[in-house]
Amino acid sequence: MAKKIAVETTLNGEETVFLCEPRQTLLEALRDNLGLIGSKEGCGNGNCGACNVILDGVLVNSCLVLAPEIEGRSVVTIEGIAEDGELHPLQQKFLEHASLQCGICTPGFIVSAKSLLDDNPDPSEHDVRLWLAGNLCRCTGYDKIVRAVLDVAESDA
Amino acid sequence: MAGTKQNGTGKLAANGQNGYKVIGTRPVRPDGVDKVTGRAVYAADVQMTGLLHGFVLRSPHAHANIRSIDTSKAEALPGVRAVVTAADLPVAEDKIEDLGEGAINLKYLSDNILAHEKALYHGHAVAAVAAVNPHIAQEAAELIEVDYEVLPPVMTVDDALAGDAPILLDTLRTDSMGEIGAEQTNLASFFRHQRGDLDAGFADAHLVVDRTYRTETVHQGYIEPHAATALYSADGQITIWTSTQGSFAVRGQVCEILQIPVSRLKVVPTEIGGGFGGKINVYVEPVAVLLSQKAGHEPVKVIMSRADVLAATGPTSGSNVRVKIGVDANGKISAALAELYYEAGAYPGSPVGAAANVSLAPYAIDNLQVDGYDIVVNRPRSAAYRAPGGTNVAFAVESVVDELAEKLGMDPAEFRILNGAKENDRRPDGLQYARIGQIETVEAIRDSEHYQSSLEGKYRGRGIASGYWNNWGGQSSATAVLNPDGTVNLNEASTDIGGTRASIAMQLAEAMDIEYEMVKARVVDTDTVSYNDVTGGSRTTFATGLAAYNLGQQLIKEMKSRLADQWDVGAGDVSYEDGTFSAGGESLPFVEAAGLVQREEPLMASSTVHPQDFGPGFSTQCVDIEVDPETGKITILRYTIAQDVGKAIHPSYVEGQMQGGVAQGIGWAINEEYIYDDEGRLLNASLLDYRMPTALDLPMIETIMVEVPHPAHPYGVRGVGEVNIVPPAGAIANAVYNATGVRMDKLPISPANLLEAMWARETEPAELVPGDD
Repeated sequence: MAKKIAVETTLNGEETVFLCEPRQTLLEALRDNLGLIGSKEGCGNGNCGACNVILDGVLVNSCLVLAPEIEGRSVVTIEGIAEDGELHPLQQKFLEHASLQCGICTPGFIVSAKSLLDDNPDPSEHDVRLWLAGNLCRCTGYDKIVRAVLDVAESDA
Repeated sequence: MAGTKQNGTGKLAANGQNGYKVIGTRPVRPDGVDKVTGRAVYAADVQMTGLLHGFVLRSPHAHANIRSIDTSKAEALPGVRAVVTAADLPVAEDKIEDLGEGAINLKYLSDNILAHEKALYHGHAVAAVAAVNPHIAQEAAELIEVDYEVLPPVMTVDDALAGDAPILLDTLRTDSMGEIGAEQTNLASFFRHQRGDLDAGFADAHLVVDRTYRTETVHQGYIEPHAATALYSADGQITIWTSTQGSFAVRGQVCEILQIPVSRLKVVPTEIGGGFGGKINVYVEPVAVLLSQKAGHEPVKVIMSRADVLAATGPTSGSNVRVKIGVDANGKISAALAELYYEAGAYPGSPVGAAANVSLAPYAIDNLQVDGYDIVVNRPRSAAYRAPGGTNVAFAVESVVDELAEKLGMDPAEFRILNGAKENDRRPDGLQYARIGQIETVEAIRDSEHYQSSLEGKYRGRGIASGYWNNWGGQSSATAVLNPDGTVNLNEASTDIGGTRASIAMQLAEAMDIEYEMVKARVVDTDTVSYNDVTGGSRTTFATGLAAYNLGQQLIKEMKSRLADQWDVGAGDVSYEDGTFSAGGESLPFVEAAGLVQREEPLMASSTVHPQDFGPGFSTQCVDIEVDPETGKITILRYTIAQDVGKAIHPSYVEGQMQGGVAQGIGWAINEEYIYDDEGRLLNASLLDYRMPTALDLPMIETIMVEVPHPAHPYGVRGVGEVNIVPPAGAIANAVYNATGVRMDKLPISPANLLEAMWARETEPAELVPGDD
């Protein structure tokens, strides 16, 4: 078995140290080593967005990042989206708009949408659809997801 | 009375409708917060002490005899705890059982879990390893040596039925309407539905259109790969945690495959990340049990990769479909013939039977014949996919119907209304309809702002199509516990894929005249309630909802009876209205009554149902598209769905079913297909190359819920989950014709296929706009 290495990082705002094998992806380390199961593996090669996290302010597929690469960097996962025990407005609007059916893609969509709104607080429908094109949902046809994101943007405006 | 309502943003029916207090509202689902915060536990999220990880080795060949398997090097790798092959499976009997959604031969079921003598498709499981981590399990699997004798692959209907075709299954004989053939064959079965006089009907026809179509294999495309964890305990008790549409279907299949009594197996359903019919068959569950047993009773988790999901699970059939329809001079259908050749995959069981029922179901036809052929090919064993088989045949029928209407000079909606099926008409197999809403869905589209609007521009076109799905009743079991504070714990076993905990809880709340928030709905395991069929056939809100309604009636009845004793009045003297019990001078609000009636004895209720009189669903849809003449790419400009939903319990989730089914239908129509090389190897087993629609590929999808209440359900519920996927391919094909003048005879209408068809056509595209008259 490969020798484990220690990685120091900032995870959802907390200083964190964890052990991982060099070949483990960030997704695998989050789920199996750190117990953060909210990031999902839908494809393992960057095509579905279910594992999306925000790395130093940039949206990434955590299945395409090796765990040791986050040394000294800052990662936000779905578990870090709610603040002070309150649901994030995106989480609230996803519930109100029934934007999820099975829910497996939902964490990735919420992380992606947060990243969009951080960059562009007033997106058009096209902006939302373009940004979320890296996240696959097979249940909803996207209608209610796009409406929820636009609703959050409008509520914040 | 039918009613219609346009979708909105949540304001609609905020206080219910038609006297309902809960039904028709849009509350937050019980499992919602866990799912938006990442806390919900899906199959791959299961963790426990000592957990081992499995990996399945799969055949690189589409068709091969397995001469031998040598696992010794894998077993010797440090960290490996168990290796299994088909030799570890009990010998399966050659007998037919119905263990979920349709009958299956147990030998085929077992062979599909781990190949015995033969690998029958690229990706067929041949061995599996359990190790201390998934990487070592994979490394070990790659050390397993399998000696294959490669055979020529049989990939299509035409290949399989050719005179000199290689035979997939040595013992297969054609079942032709109950008569079993003598010869080896790849044709598993043939059937025919007929009525009236077909020849006379065609002889009387003023106009006949006769066309043949091809559709390709597509996958359900759920975002959660299959995964299961099994613990074979030292005392012989087995537990499986898995993502499934039916925990009892898993129990039934695993117990048959492993030859264990149901009393020794508990199946715990996790949250499920999509199914669409593809999570009824078991794949990794029996493998995880075998590995756990062999690894010294440690728990083993097996997660499929996306490539394995595409290569080895669930696709639905590719097909060849011939449709011939004749009409009289007034446009009335005089005769119709459909011939359906469906690829079952490696083992018999394509959805051709259901497809035959769908084929001509929206139309009233006196003279018809529908022939069905179930054919084995070297592709994965096909599984159910949302209205199984329906989209293939509806693409063909709706294309022919559109061509007939055009040649008659009729509006395509008026053609469908003139020929529309209604109460007392018959489905192709003879089943007589009760009250149905097909014509109402066509009228809703015809009268919609979308259909009445004009569509201008070269290479733009509009198309419509209709579709049918029979839905299902099935068996459901549920219990309800009344808590002393008036809340109710609702325990049901229908796994919740799209918000059914909410739609079932809402029916219980309505039946008890209490607030939705007072019902705590949960999905329980196979040891907790009695048998429950799969979440499939659009049955859950209908049948498990019926069980919930019964629970509510029972609890209220028992509360009345106990209050009558308390108040010393007759049981029939206690009334319950607006949340208050009363009799004589006494009255008590529900919440206080819940405590009072349980001071001496607790109160719970159970209900089991098996409704036979489920109501079918119809949908008619309208789409505007634009074709890029340079690339052949189709852009969906606008899409409107009208669907007979019976009664929408939670309108947001009904709209969601409609929109989601159409999105899948659009993918099927314009992009999705399995691509194989000459050796039968799947070339596009990734979500980059098997390209499903993204948010950028779709517009908002408009929904018109036509409510023709189903007479056999207390709230008028019909299944709403499946019929929506039936019309899109036909509607888009008809729009493509109106945009380009090309009638497509195959799916997908991908850029390459469409360009080829446009280049083959000689005339210039017409700027034809139906509905704009």
